[in-house]
Amino acid sequence: MELVKKLTITNELGLHARAAAKIVALGAQYDSKLVLRKGNHEVDGSSILSILTLACPKGTELEARAIGEDAEVFMEALSDLFAHNFGETK
Amino acid sequence: MTENGTGNIKKLQGIGVSPGIIIGKARVIDRSRVKILYQYLIGERQIEREVDRFEEALEAAKAQINDLKNRMPDQIKEHSFILDTHLMIIDDSMFRGATIDTILEERINAEWALKKSLQQIESIFDQIDDQYIKERIVDVEYVAERVLRNLAGKEQESLSEINERVIIVAHELSPADTSSMNIGKIMGFITDAGGRTSHAAIIAQSLKIPAVVGLESITREVRDGTLLIVDGKRGEVLIDPDDDLIIQYQERQLAHERFESTIVRMSHLPAETTDGHRIAVMANIEFLEDVTAAKDHGAEGIGLYRTEYHYLRSHELPIEEELFEDYKEVVEIMAPAPVTLRSLDLGGDRFYSGVAPTKETNPALGLRAIRFCLQEPKIFRIQLRAILRASIYGNTQLMFPMISGLQELLDARGILEDVKGELDKEGLAYDKNIKVGIMIEVPSAVAVADILARHADFFSIGTNDLIQYALAIDRINEHVAFMYQPFHPAILRMIQQVVAAGKKAGIKVALCGEMAGDPLCATLLLGMGIDELSLNSWSIPVIKKIIRSISMKGAKANLRDILRLDTASKVRERIIGKVRALVPDLEEEVFYGRLDDASGSNKSLEFTEKSSGES
Repeated sequence: MELVKKLTITNELGLHARAAAKIVALGAQYDSKLVLRKGNHEVDGSSILSILTLACPKGTELEARAIGEDAEVFMEALSDLFAHNFGETK
Repeated sequence: MTENGTGNIKKLQGIGVSPGIIIGKARVIDRSRVKILYQYLIGERQIEREVDRFEEALEAAKAQINDLKNRMPDQIKEHSFILDTHLMIIDDSMFRGATIDTILEERINAEWALKKSLQQIESIFDQIDDQYIKERIVDVEYVAERVLRNLAGKEQESLSEINERVIIVAHELSPADTSSMNIGKIMGFITDAGGRTSHAAIIAQSLKIPAVVGLESITREVRDGTLLIVDGKRGEVLIDPDDDLIIQYQERQLAHERFESTIVRMSHLPAETTDGHRIAVMANIEFLEDVTAAKDHGAEGIGLYRTEYHYLRSHELPIEEELFEDYKEVVEIMAPAPVTLRSLDLGGDRFYSGVAPTKETNPALGLRAIRFCLQEPKIFRIQLRAILRASIYGNTQLMFPMISGLQELLDARGILEDVKGELDKEGLAYDKNIKVGIMIEVPSAVAVADILARHADFFSIGTNDLIQYALAIDRINEHVAFMYQPFHPAILRMIQQVVAAGKKAGIKVALCGEMAGDPLCATLLLGMGIDELSLNSWSIPVIKKIIRSISMKGAKANLRDILRLDTASKVRERIIGKVRALVPDLEEEVFYGRLDDASGSNKSLEFTEKSSGES
């Protein structure tokens, strides 16, 4: 199964190291593969370094693509992580 | 770097990021890289073994990092996520995967393959605009170094073994370094690299120990056991000081501690003279994070919020929401105390790739600040919208920088009114009575201050630029920097003229340059009738204390006396005598590092040092 969803970075600091680490940690709990895309730049969602190279400030819209059996639950958890500002207070 | 005349004592100037004075022995952290040799592998068995060897080194690195995490002292536990990041880097496809691929494809040894991966990652990170993310390359380098050490079978350098009190000297400090330190034994940090937000700075502040960063060559100048004096407030490091200097600094250290403990406790008291005249003392800030220090040191509001950070952090322009959220938070935290936001004070070439980068031969006199904003109204309007929208969350004031004459002010106000109308149409709320002031920092603005006063709600004198423009001194130019003189009679007259114009029009006159935080200037500025001083948070307690120690009557008499003098050095000499007599118990803090100047041996030292007080 393949799912595509647009997600927006809403936390103050943008997609910095701590937030990127949370995405990687979340992905490790699922079998599905994650690909993140900003404009023409597409990266492996299990690589913290690749995610950092996207350099996303607050307000950036990303396209997330989950590929695998549990893509649906994974995408739900991922949307939740974005919606809650990666667990940051602002 | 300056060399003292008394022999081998060297003084290095860096950026003071955590205050305090310490005298102690150096402990240099050896960051000498493991030597990497190239090796071509023959036979499939050898290649397989090399991959295994690499994976073992990675697993060992993980175990070491996990161990560090578990032993991390409680005070810095909140920083442990960085170590989690390091664990992820080890397993990252750009790190682990790419290196294994290189070993297999190019048939080379693990060290060389890892070096190639690191270079590849470095070249990718090098192209990132965001400064914060770009700097994360140091994390990758730390991890690579650890793995290389494991491959070489070298022992990881341990800082937990330190058993005497030392000053840590390093090129740069990693979270792994600080988390393994026996922090009870660490007196302070000094590093070659780094800035105000470097890891060493953040940790030193949480541990409340002194730190100086950005010293450039300290690791080359110092060996284990070298005696050092570190002044974390002034950003100075003295190498191999003699007994006289040690005694001098021990006295300063004691005075500083005594001073900190008594004065900071009193810093919440108003800056009121002995005869009941009150002056507002506010803080200059650069980031949202500075608000805490401002409040702790007794700031009665934010007199100058420099808004450049959001424009410098990346090559893309900040969006309105980003600015709004940031301004709103500062305004909300400070409410009901006032927050004065200064609109963008930069040239476009500094931050915005959309503007054709014109090389200016003299950027200080070029297209910057309000001139730039008037020429790029789209950028200006976004910031004005964000400021206006934040204004309803507390007491917000807006200030335009570098106004040189009335037309500029009218044009800027015109755009502001236009933006207000736009918000009205969109039904967005803002403070309809928001006060709009201007910086007085261009000499022409001083000459027409009476005209400007009729169209501004307040003035804020930016002495740093005013002195530079009025005396035609580029303070960065070492040949003329000594002529940068706040006590030049021309400067004193200009400030007086601005205050008079403000008083006549019935508007507030503030002052927000470095002069505001200079203990020697406080009595003069008070005597002139300045309504508000805005300065670096750390200096607020001293300035408040001085104002509380003198009378307005005395300050005025003092000023009359001073204004009769005809040169900057005479003014300076007289003021030192006056302040010393007025506040004898502040001897150490007021004359901290200034005594040399008085004797004429080291002219203008305090005015040419690196400082964050620029305005």
